[in-house]
Amino acid sequence: MSALGIFSQLLALVTALLLAPLLTGWVNQWRAWLQNKSAPGLLQPYRMLHKLFKKESLVAEHASSLFRMAPYLIFGCMALASAIIPTLSTDLPLSPAADAIALVGLFALARVFISLAAMDIGTAFGTLGARREMLVGFLAEPALLMVLFCASMITKSTSLTAIVETLAHRELAIYPSLLLAGVAFTMVSLAENARVPVDNPDTHLELTMIHEALILEYSARHLALLEWAASLKLFAYSCIGLALFFPWGVAEANAPLALVLALPMLVFKLAMGGMALAMVETASAKMRIFRVPEFLGTAFLLAVIGLLVNVLLGVG
Amino acid sequence: MNSLTHPGAWIHLDWVLVVVVAWLLIGLAGVLALRRFRFVAVVLFPMGACFSVLLMAVALSAAFASPEVAVLPLGLPQLPFHLRLDSLSAFFLLLIGGVSAGVSAFAAGYFRQGEGTPPGLICLEYHVFLASIALVVMADDAYVFMVVWETMAFSSFFLVMANHRIPEIRNAGYLYMLVAHIGALGILLCFGLLQANTGDYTFANMRQQHLTPFWGSVAFVLAVFGFGAKAGVLPLHAWLPEAHPAAPSPFSALMSGVMLKIALYGMLRVAFDLLQDQIWWWGVLLMTLGLASALFGVVFSTVQVEMKRLLAYSSIENIGLICTGLGLSLLFFSYGMQALSALALTAALYHMISHAFFKSLLFCSTGAVMHATGERSLGKLGGLIRTMPWVAWPTLMGVLACGGLPPFGGFVAEWLLLQSFLFTTGLPSAFLDMLVPVMAALIALIAALSGYTMVKYFGVIFLGQPREEKLQAAHDAGWWERMGMLWLVSGCMLLGLFPNQVIALMEPVTKSLVQAGLAHTASDNSWLLVPVSMERASYAPAIFLLGVLAAFGLAFVLVRKLYHGRMRRVPPWDCGHPWQTARMQDTAEGFGQPIRQIFEPFFRMKRHLPSAFDAQPHYRVTVEDPLWYWLYLPVARLVERVSRIVGMLQQGRIAVYLMYSFATLVVVLLVVKR
Amino acid sequence: MIKFAPQLINLFATLILLLSFAMISQRRIVSLINLFMIQGAALVAASFLLGYVTHQPDLYVSGALTLVLKVMLIPWMLYRMIAKLNVRWDVESLFNVPTTMLVGIGLVIFSFSLALPISRLSDSLAGGSLGIALACVFLSFMMMITRSKAVPQVIGFLSMENGLIFAATTVTNGMPMIVEFGIALDVLVGVLILGVFMFQIREKFDSLDIHNLEALKED
Repeated sequence: MSALGIFSQLLALVTALLLAPLLTGWVNQWRAWLQNKSAPGLLQPYRMLHKLFKKESLVAEHASSLFRMAPYLIFGCMALASAIIPTLSTDLPLSPAADAIALVGLFALARVFISLAAMDIGTAFGTLGARREMLVGFLAEPALLMVLFCASMITKSTSLTAIVETLAHRELAIYPSLLLAGVAFTMVSLAENARVPVDNPDTHLELTMIHEALILEYSARHLALLEWAASLKLFAYSCIGLALFFPWGVAEANAPLALVLALPMLVFKLAMGGMALAMVETASAKMRIFRVPEFLGTAFLLAVIGLLVNVLLGVG
Repeated sequence: MNSLTHPGAWIHLDWVLVVVVAWLLIGLAGVLALRRFRFVAVVLFPMGACFSVLLMAVALSAAFASPEVAVLPLGLPQLPFHLRLDSLSAFFLLLIGGVSAGVSAFAAGYFRQGEGTPPGLICLEYHVFLASIALVVMADDAYVFMVVWETMAFSSFFLVMANHRIPEIRNAGYLYMLVAHIGALGILLCFGLLQANTGDYTFANMRQQHLTPFWGSVAFVLAVFGFGAKAGVLPLHAWLPEAHPAAPSPFSALMSGVMLKIALYGMLRVAFDLLQDQIWWWGVLLMTLGLASALFGVVFSTVQVEMKRLLAYSSIENIGLICTGLGLSLLFFSYGMQALSALALTAALYHMISHAFFKSLLFCSTGAVMHATGERSLGKLGGLIRTMPWVAWPTLMGVLACGGLPPFGGFVAEWLLLQSFLFTTGLPSAFLDMLVPVMAALIALIAALSGYTMVKYFGVIFLGQPREEKLQAAHDAGWWERMGMLWLVSGCMLLGLFPNQVIALMEPVTKSLVQAGLAHTASDNSWLLVPVSMERASYAPAIFLLGVLAAFGLAFVLVRKLYHGRMRRVPPWDCGHPWQTARMQDTAEGFGQPIRQIFEPFFRMKRHLPSAFDAQPHYRVTVEDPLWYWLYLPVARLVERVSRIVGMLQQGRIAVYLMYSFATLVVVLLVVKR
Repeated sequence: MIKFAPQLINLFATLILLLSFAMISQRRIVSLINLFMIQGAALVAASFLLGYVTHQPDLYVSGALTLVLKVMLIPWMLYRMIAKLNVRWDVESLFNVPTTMLVGIGLVIFSFSLALPISRLSDSLAGGSLGIALACVFLSFMMMITRSKAVPQVIGFLSMENGLIFAATTVTNGMPMIVEFGIALDVLVGVLILGVFMFQIREKFDSLDIHNLEALKED
């Protein structure tokens, strides 16, 4: 646990917290530009957070302490997730905890708490959102786990830092299973981050909401924390995607100067990823809610076939 | 001072026998104070709980000691009781002691007057049940095993029938007894095969025998059948969703948390200890049955509308997952891959002990809810977190543990199980190599679905608005109930936060069964769980808990410092529609509807849809178990038909009966003559 | 490039498998034809790459044949057909997609476990993709069985043929030329005849739903 390690850990955490709203703003900008609209500005999410934090919080009359506690807990889960994914460096004191299965478990914990918080008020919208969120989650979580297993089988480890180190330093090899895993991962992240074609983040119609319905009752600082947590989740998923499929540029344990390069590299990769996401969102239409299980089921099965292709081709 | 069992110092076995005898005496005291429920509730049950704690302490110390044997001169003249306390038994005694301490404390506060059976009698049945379970895990020959197994079955039957005035409960009890006895038949036949014609029914003798592959497989299949019937493995599971809701809640907790594990103990003992030459397809069979039960159980639990049936199906799911772990371990062991076998076995054992704690906790909470509100249907509950916080918050911990979420014990078990599935590319058969990742995928799916079920359970009962007026007056749990539930919660948390210590406890068990253990790698890094090697995988529950709490605390403090913490209470968002009632929130059926739609082939559904011409339109859907119609009812009809045919022998006329005796005499003489 | 050849071929194989799976759950006919075209293109690329690496001109010819037939001619014919049949924007209701997918997974496991010992014996560069090719054949067959309209069934038949040619290409470095030409001719003629059939079905029943053919049964 060197001083450099602690420093890079803190840097990773602070970078995540600061860059996540920027990433959301970047995606929104590109969506607006692709749809020929004028964009609200790259720093709009920060202004939104500031505005929300200043407001007085309005809580329903019969909300329990679970409702008030949940935003902090969810924010904590997402912050921890962003801190343990190896974005800038693989020499982190928390990297022993960066296990793929544990990461999926952390996301599941956040999902359970937000669904419970939505059910706490007891209106039709909250419970509807909770049911849909758990439906999306129950298929997306195993699909994500299988995608991570594909990479684990190739690198013979479920530790994220080990996966990044191995994939970045092997000589260039094309793993066909990672193609299948990549398609599956894209589908899963679209679903989990509430993006078109699964859920429209701009919708105002309660009957079409999944993620928005969960946070309908929240206001002010609670809503700010939840929005920040959603940005952190998008950031975390993008970083997982980069770590699995584009792992180059991450600083190693014995190369401290590489940390200086790692940050611009990360920003560049995220910017490309954000643009790709905006293009996918613009090119697709939102699916009917009944088709979402099929969509996610396809992702799950593609990931499983990726695992099988691994076994067939004798990798890992 | 001479010990109970042999001359010399006291050994652990003696202390366990002390606990057993104490329980029996408490039960007897209950019979003598038949209707004085105050005395039973406040004195006898807590005494039982104290002895459970003693049992836990003994088991902890016995886990690392060498096996101890004793021969008790009870039983028949030529068949004394052989008892043996080895590390496997010690592990299960720890489980029994830990869970029963919490449940006995809960039961002390649970009892009310007029439950159908006098409280003293319930005290007797309860403690006889506990005593017989403790003896089952120590049994060292087939005779004493069957005697205490049957005692366990009988005492639990009477416990299930505690409210025997209600006809559904009687039916549930009879079904339970029927399947238990069919299972016992399987176990008996299995022991008959294991003794391999030597006439010596002790386990020590059975360990020496080497059965041919054919007879060994038959014995294994009989063991899976017999113990599986008791554990609730598909297709012998139909009694579980009937019996668990029928019993009073503390006993449902004991049955689900402890008794199902004892059935798995039996499977472990036979498959790993008594049978000597394991074959690969035994593991595959167990894994397939386990996965089928798990998928079936979780899909059914999502669509249930009654609290205890939901938890019963969830128990089927967890037992299925444990069987999958056991099957994988058996598969690795049959190929000689002992380290991996130990990993899978540790995962299964961990799941067993976590499930024992969190399922008992959940059943206890249903008991508290039922007493406070009088309702067991999910459609009539809601919003209880405000009036019953002492029940709601421990239940939340239990729900998180059951859903397999970090940092609780259920997650550690799942983590270990998934790790053991990832090592599979060393298997010799290509087909198995490919099957195992698919099974890992199914396990991930099942775990995610169990999270769905648990959100439904907690959300519909404790969150939201009360669906009935009388729920406003629900009272919180009493002191004994709180203590019981808090004990079980701390068990769940300890299992989640200190996995290395628990694995160190399990190492003697895996060493004795598969000759390999995890603890030497696991304890090198004290606060990290590292089953094989650091590069391969590691998990740090402490980091997760501390990290989340630290972020929580920091966010809370910083927001309050930099901005403010003002809050105002207002009516909830109603989208402009002012008449919001509690009926507008999701029902239990509604929450389970997506799963019902996706997994439609699994169910047998009867739907009644309203039509435009109904004077009183209503919608009804019943979801039933298809195996009941495909397997149980046809078998029952077959049995009925056969018995009717055989019943034709009973003519009722004396002349015919005399003719039967005459014919038998003639046939016997003919045979003897040759 | 040569160093990467086996991996690239495996990549193309996986792409073909991915497309077969995508075709199973696809509802729109136009997208089906597009996916079929991309599958053909992947097959062509694999043939050319294998031909370049093993220095066998046969594979170039085979690849060119596939290019002309599967990527250009037949999709064009199909587009014209559906325009004339007026089913261009039809959306078909599928037989329970999750079940189909689960059966698909089972078929994939089956074909992989079949192919594993065979591919160990093969001395070709891309022996490992036999299992994938076999899986594509099975999946296309299943697509033919579970579809209820005529045009997707035809596409399933053509996709199965893709899988067979891919299997032949990778394991034995292509089939004898005569066989290839013969198969190509058969496929072409087959599609023409199926086209005629579709028009007849359409005339008799006013729809392309295959279930209507059951009405022709003599009871």
